Amino acid sequence: MMHTGGYTVDSRIRWPEWLPWIAALAAFFLLPEYLSLGARILIYILFALSLDLILGYAGIITLGHSAFFGLGAYVAGILGAKVGVTEPFVQMVAAAAAAGLLGALTGAVILRTRALTLLMLTLAITSIILEIANKATWLTGGADGLSGVVVAPILGAFKFDLFGKTAFLYCLAVLFLGWFLARRLIYSPFGAMLTGIRENTQRMHAIGAPVYWRLVGVYTLSAVMAGVAGALLTQTNQFVGLNVLGFEPSGELLVMLILGGVGRLYGAFIGPVAYLVAQDLLAKQFPEYWYFGIGLLLVVVVLFARGGILGLIDKWMPFSKRAPSARASAR
Amino acid sequence: MDAVLETRTLCKSFGALTVAQNIDFQLRPGDRHALIGPNGAGKTTFVNMLMGALRPSSGRILLGGEDVTRAPQAQRVKRGLGRTFQINTLFRNLPVLDNVALAVAERRGIAPRMWRAAGSYKEIKNESTELLATLGLADDLTTPVIDLPYGKQRLVEIAIALGQQPRVLLLDEPAAGVPSAETERILQLLEKLPSEIAILIIEHDMDLVFRFARRITVLVQGEVLVEGRPEEIARDRRVHDVYLGEQHHA
Repeated sequence: MMHTGGYTVDSRIRWPEWLPWIAALAAFFLLPEYLSLGARILIYILFALSLDLILGYAGIITLGHSAFFGLGAYVAGILGAKVGVTEPFVQMVAAAAAAGLLGALTGAVILRTRALTLLMLTLAITSIILEIANKATWLTGGADGLSGVVVAPILGAFKFDLFGKTAFLYCLAVLFLGWFLARRLIYSPFGAMLTGIRENTQRMHAIGAPVYWRLVGVYTLSAVMAGVAGALLTQTNQFVGLNVLGFEPSGELLVMLILGGVGRLYGAFIGPVAYLVAQDLLAKQFPEYWYFGIGLLLVVVVLFARGGILGLIDKWMPFSKRAPSARASAR
Repeated sequence: MDAVLETRTLCKSFGALTVAQNIDFQLRPGDRHALIGPNGAGKTTFVNMLMGALRPSSGRILLGGEDVTRAPQAQRVKRGLGRTFQINTLFRNLPVLDNVALAVAERRGIAPRMWRAAGSYKEIKNESTELLATLGLADDLTTPVIDLPYGKQRLVEIAIALGQQPRVLLLDEPAAGVPSAETERILQLLEKLPSEIAILIIEHDMDLVFRFARRITVLVQGEVLVEGRPEEIARDRRVHDVYLGEQHHA
């Protein structure tokens, strides 16, 4: 089931699209001991979704998406731990705004470049932010991390509990909203236009699209979404560490999305589940070698399933229509 | 009538290599103008400068009487400039309809909208469908371009440009790579284009050029060698020399 949007497709929600939500609610009731892993997965789904918007649809390749995730995480954390702003929605909006601003500013500079140059610049930006977070110990706690983040009960009623019930449902609600908006975007004329840029930038210029501004636009939106995901991570952990910034979380995210399937909307759902569950299981079995399993998984997907796990499902499932366009996401 | 597209002493050089030299050129509404010349004469460079994909070293470009020499592509397109490409420049994995719809949506200012589904903009779909039907592509609307035969892909190449409803259309070798049997189909399409569009065609197929164009400019090594009506060009000794010379070398 491709979600390429465009002018010929039916944009109504089909039944398989409810499956992730049913699965999430089922997990909430059936796997109460895994709720904190669950919340982490939901957060990474939102993060992966934000990457899919720019990578899968607009074709912007990046190794620096953690800049926005990390900034969002730190903004929410600093507000909760240092400034005394504990209202979760205020923290989230501030995180989103900061990440969006960073996205607009850096995007305006780097989106004039392409391919490898762009890749290196995105990596440079997240590395710079990482270094700032590392050095500004008074604000961020540096390498020790920022602990003691206070988050008030959601809507003044739901406290973050020890078992992660509130956190899980909170993340689920925010993800649902993010999914709804991302889906709208993908099926809109703007989404179709983004696909056009990915497919053939030169032609988009020739038909009069202000390509650069459109890319800055979607990059900013994606940064906002990543910032929200970062804020969620801080709020559910009440802690921020340096590991939200730099190359590693960016690369990890990219691996998750490739595992799930790029440019398919639900690849961003399947990828983090596969990655984080595999990580969880492998880390228990082989605490020293768990990366080997992840690496193997990635090699298999890249060699045999270019469309990711979702690409395989597309091939075999009856509800997958328009298989030919599966090529769209290969690049 | 006033020129809708005009260049004045347009020059372009890459280092020591001059690819356009003092090109003065005019296109009026309804013109059917061909730009011919041997390989490497600078024809595509000229088109790229007109479109804004390449910045001229000196000289001016006027579109509808206004100076667009430094204007970005998007702005020129808004003023009615459209082009096709010598090498297919299509949205290969997208359905044929979307290829045209992207251009139509851009022209109508719908493209930046983020809320309603693209498919719900009936006016975009209808206009694109009608346009494709006039090109004989009505049965291929949902086919990904990549699955079309090459000849039809060349038609989509033109269809996208028509979706922009240009006042000036630059056709860069529309029949390139098309077997001669199918060239006829492209010529028929070109002859059916709205008469008020000013068309500049670059083409190697002399048969097509002499049947379609009412004026011809011959470009050699970045310079205008001669401009005139087809029969004048056909009689011109210098043109014969250029083309015969090229054949001798080849």
